[in-house]
Amino acid sequence: MSFVRHRLFWPAAILVALLASNIFFSSGFFSITVHDGHLYGSIIDILRRSAPLILVGIGMTLVIATGGIDLSVGSVMAISGALACLLIGDLDNQNSVTGVLLACAAGIALSLVLGIWNGALVASIGIQPIIATLILMVAGRGIAQLITDGQILNVTSAPYKVIGAGYTIALPVSVLIAAGMVAIAVVLTRRTALGLLIEAVGGSPTASRLAGIQARRLTIMVYVFSAICAGIAGLIYSSNVSSADSNAAGNLIELDAILAVVIGGTRLTGGRFSLAGTVLGAVLIETLNVTTVSIGIPVETTLLFKAIVVIVLCLVQSAAFRAKVLRRPSRVGASA
Amino acid sequence: MVSKRWTAAVLSGLLITSALSGCGGDDGDSGSGGGDGKLVLGFSQVGAESGWRTANTKSIQESAASAGVELKFSDAQGKQENQIKAIRNFITQRVDVIAFSPVVESGWDTVLKEAKDANIPVILTDRAVDSQDTSLYKTFIGSDFVLEGKKAGEWLVKDYTGKTDPVNIVELQGTPGAAPANDRKAGFADVIKADPKFKVVASQTGQFTRTDGKQVMETFLKAQPKIDVLYAHNDDMGLGAIEAIEAAGKKPGTDIKIITVDAVKDGMTALSEGKINYIVECSPLLGPQLMDLAKKVKAGETVPQRVLTEETTFTPEQAKAVLAERKY
Repeated sequence: MSFVRHRLFWPAAILVALLASNIFFSSGFFSITVHDGHLYGSIIDILRRSAPLILVGIGMTLVIATGGIDLSVGSVMAISGALACLLIGDLDNQNSVTGVLLACAAGIALSLVLGIWNGALVASIGIQPIIATLILMVAGRGIAQLITDGQILNVTSAPYKVIGAGYTIALPVSVLIAAGMVAIAVVLTRRTALGLLIEAVGGSPTASRLAGIQARRLTIMVYVFSAICAGIAGLIYSSNVSSADSNAAGNLIELDAILAVVIGGTRLTGGRFSLAGTVLGAVLIETLNVTTVSIGIPVETTLLFKAIVVIVLCLVQSAAFRAKVLRRPSRVGASA
Repeated sequence: MVSKRWTAAVLSGLLITSALSGCGGDDGDSGSGGGDGKLVLGFSQVGAESGWRTANTKSIQESAASAGVELKFSDAQGKQENQIKAIRNFITQRVDVIAFSPVVESGWDTVLKEAKDANIPVILTDRAVDSQDTSLYKTFIGSDFVLEGKKAGEWLVKDYTGKTDPVNIVELQGTPGAAPANDRKAGFADVIKADPKFKVVASQTGQFTRTDGKQVMETFLKAQPKIDVLYAHNDDMGLGAIEAIEAAGKKPGTDIKIITVDAVKDGMTALSEGKINYIVECSPLLGPQLMDLAKKVKAGETVPQRVLTEETTFTPEQAKAVLAERKY
């Protein structure tokens, strides 16, 4: 039963249970059909909806691995989407692919600058990460509102829509983008020493500095990576509905992202991290969101239902809890 | 921040001195105007959180200018303490009438009593307060959300008269607990319950946003075998749902009939294209009515405790006619 001991066994089990519960309420839940030349079905929906959270989550994982936290991801999402939509709206021809790519590049570039800002506050000035990123979390939404002038910006750009709502080789583009970023993160951290260095900084900043690791540069780098991920997530989010809503975009996603990281088995105190775990966590959260609607949980009890699932998940994941509750009383008696 | 606070402090200091100097005589009024017989209206707005709110602010500012009312406008940025401060400032400035859109429902008794003691009439706009003492304000002007829900239901009943097949309705609710969400749901349910052929098969919150509207509709489309009608508590959720319906290969407005509330410009555009079938207006343009009421209460006339905003409903043809001049 060694797979039961695997770190990700319990989240995976809950994910399977949630997916299975849908069968009783929606008979066609697992059916995937080809529709207009692309895959269509609830499972595809879940993957598409998970894409922004996966992106924000992997950035958050690396930040948390260094012992930090990034609360500003939702605001960065809003800013990058707002800037891209503003620039596309100004294009003479909104369907120009070059124009759209430049607008997206501008959104990502601005996110990069915001990441440097976060990283500099944390690593160079030495502000606590939760406070440093709180600044941008609050101020960033103001910046996004300034860009959109407080209104919802609409765009009618076919190429832009592809990012969040389009398909290529029958698969959602947003999912492919998220998968690409996960692949980049995995290669960078697991095929090079980078992951080890990040874990070292998270484990003990002082020891890693004494060991010759440039902790400061590394810290700035993870905040920049997190902001770029959030920037791309913001493009997907706004492209999905062809508009930039600076109030709603990425609202409270930082909390979902932190939850995804925790479900994935990365400790909030820093050190060892699991990118696969975060991806699983993000998919689990979106499955939960879809399930509440699919099985028709009343609006008033939706949050309670989600809370119960999350609490159960966290409890069964805890080895100490399992040892206390799941073990047979006789064995507890014997060991006592 | 700091400089703003200083400005505020200096300004309120000036106001106090001007108020003190005004104690001697009635016409010693220096800074606050009103000396030329113009009505002075102090208005405290919630903030600028949505396009609807911005249109509301514009309407009040423009109609004040055209009605010859001197408007003292203050933006509370979504904070009750700012709003209480603004009202106290209005009292110190001795404006003729105070109007405000309360950020929250409770906690207004003290400051409203101060206004009453100073003999300044108060008008509530758009949102209500929960004070037991209704003598604290003269009137409350705003939309009736229950009525909006009813109007939506009535159109549906009329559209399906003579048909006996069951009608499967899905509903996208607003933010849980918000008055517009609760009331629009209740009003709609109240009208359609008379005929058992109408059945709300699924009802979930779309948080008043496009993204949530789209995502919830995507799930509805897969979970529900047959959907005839979508009722969304605001245009934005309806616009998101339209994208989900189109992605599912169905035609919004034809395969699934759509009713929404608000009538903002984006919604009206979709209505004129036939993607939405009916919109119940929730108008932010209450400026002219507010100026009217302000003049009446200043003149000492009695006004009704509750005044409804002048609102209408739109079909696609009506939307086409008014779309060009739509302000918000």
